Amino acid sequence: MSGIKIIKDKCVGCGLCIKACPLEAIVLVDKVAVIDLDKCNLCSGCVGSCKFNAIHIFRQSKPRDDISNYKGIWVFAEARDEVISSVVFELLGKARKLAAELDTYVGAVLLGCGVSGSLQELIHRGADKVFFIDSPALKHYIAENYTKSIVKLVNKYKPEIILAGATTTGRSLVSRIAVNLHTGLTADCTGLDIDKEKKILIQTRPAFGGNIMAQIISPNFRPQMATVRHKVMPEAEAELSRKGEIIKETFDEDEEDKRIKFLDFIKETISTVNLAEADIIVSGGRGLGEGSNFKIIEELASSLGAAVGSSRAAVDSGWIPYSHQVGQTGRTVCPKMYVACGISGQIQHLVGMQSSKTIIAINKDPDAPIFKVADYGIVGDLFKIVPLLTKKLKETLRR
Amino acid sequence: MKVIVCIKQVPDTVEVKIDPETNTLIREGVSSIINPFDMYAIEEAVKLKEKFGLETIVLTMGPPQAGSALREALSLGIDKAIHLCDRAFAGSDTWVTSFILAKAIEKINNFDLVICGKQASDGDTAQVGPGIAAHLNLPQATYVRRIDTVHFDTTPKVMVVERLLEEGYELLELSLPAVITVVKEINEPRLPSLRGKMKARGADIPLWTNRDLDMEEEKIGLSGSPTQVIKIFTPPHKEGGKVFQGDPVDTVDKLMEEIKDLIH
Repeated sequence: MSGIKIIKDKCVGCGLCIKACPLEAIVLVDKVAVIDLDKCNLCSGCVGSCKFNAIHIFRQSKPRDDISNYKGIWVFAEARDEVISSVVFELLGKARKLAAELDTYVGAVLLGCGVSGSLQELIHRGADKVFFIDSPALKHYIAENYTKSIVKLVNKYKPEIILAGATTTGRSLVSRIAVNLHTGLTADCTGLDIDKEKKILIQTRPAFGGNIMAQIISPNFRPQMATVRHKVMPEAEAELSRKGEIIKETFDEDEEDKRIKFLDFIKETISTVNLAEADIIVSGGRGLGEGSNFKIIEELASSLGAAVGSSRAAVDSGWIPYSHQVGQTGRTVCPKMYVACGISGQIQHLVGMQSSKTIIAINKDPDAPIFKVADYGIVGDLFKIVPLLTKKLKETLRR
Repeated sequence: MKVIVCIKQVPDTVEVKIDPETNTLIREGVSSIINPFDMYAIEEAVKLKEKFGLETIVLTMGPPQAGSALREALSLGIDKAIHLCDRAFAGSDTWVTSFILAKAIEKINNFDLVICGKQASDGDTAQVGPGIAAHLNLPQATYVRRIDTVHFDTTPKVMVVERLLEEGYELLELSLPAVITVVKEINEPRLPSLRGKMKARGADIPLWTNRDLDMEEEKIGLSGSPTQVIKIFTPPHKEGGKVFQGDPVDTVDKLMEEIKDLIH
């Protein structure tokens, strides 16, 4: 049985752990912290808050005996319409670094129908081996069939790490795979490192919308699995001279899951660049006043080659489709540059974009919370500022 | 015919503040709410109930105080609530959480649909919904923005859903039973009615412990979880940025000067 305890000799009664506990499970009794075990869910939030190492979490878990047989770092090569998603190249770049530290190979897993044109590209971008299954059953992403294929590959080739993009496809797929393989999975990582001593993967991820960061390991289970956020890691450059091995496997048609059918895909976006893959996002909010004014946001976005985002207020007013919403009940994004126009910066919006590298805010209210997270801001009328900025950018970038 | 909704009680993000001295999250005194995405899951279940006369059941795993989230769900029109509550569940990661929820769903039995919110606002993993589908070996559709059609009179029962993607949406046909996770676009949650609130207050909510679900203790809770949190820290605080004020042309020029190296 696992548990948590306070080491009484070390506890000074400072109360920092009380503030860190989300469940109000800690109280001070005679200047020593006491944990109410009926309330505590062992989230371990208090452990890091203690400056005196007085909180100890213990767990009873033993390694599965065969984990040393697992070798290699795999990347799930997500593709749509025979085009590999850019996050895959970011993952291959990271996988090469991790593979060097573990002295192992990088593998890419490509599933689909008629996608063999991408095999060499994956090798050029850093894969030593490409595991490839070509089948009509894999033409469209169906979680059940993709899971069966990858689980089979993993059981045969035993990779020690599997990485996938934290996309709508990646997140839904690898959760299913991790359950079937009975192994650990960490969502939406922004950092991956190797613990050199233990040879395990240290996964860093934001929680509470980026307000806190957590480091997570799965030392006793293989493969160690993670989904990784877009645009956090640099893409691997293509090296046309790179050579690699292509390992072709088959999908057993009898195993096709017929309980789910792909019927159609409908493209629906007003900008040509999608939010998750964009280097730059320009967002509009309530300050725009009405839907037709999104035009100036689209013009600014097009001058930068950016995607268009929005606050919840703009979506709820019916000015722009929900697929553009950034924030707690929309998408979480972290582009290289985020330009917020007429967005006050409610906490629900901030949690969806505050990890962006550079944030620019344009708002008429100098006290708007958006300025607290902005690297650069302009206080003023967005109907004057935005067109001026678009004009300047067009001159500079000649778009 | 039954639909099961899985919900999570989370701290209200609006109230989460950073302690300026220690630079850590202040969670003391922060009120708890139903995870925002789960509100859409509840509403969708209630809509299905109104349309097809299904029985609706809400399920949560959490400490005793999570019972208030279940009562809120009942006040919104859900028929029945079950609370999975046992110290042996504490410290469960997403693998184990979806395992425990799947066990409870199996015990409820005879269901057509499981609905979850897309993800929880505290952990942000989006892993528990598909995890439940995997444990139950059921078809799944994540990020559902609309249920187009439902046929309860065919064999098997089927439904067509719209699944939101980065660049649009796809149409999927699922044989039931199935698991779906929903996004905000799917509906507009109603407010609780007075009658609903009265009913919820007096409702009897059964507590299911591990004795009811009968799982090996080393497979659940902290011990059974493949992942381990080794450190939690607050990201480095952002320095205050440069804010320009005054003549529009002037301020735009100043901004251009600052960002000229960032664009290309």
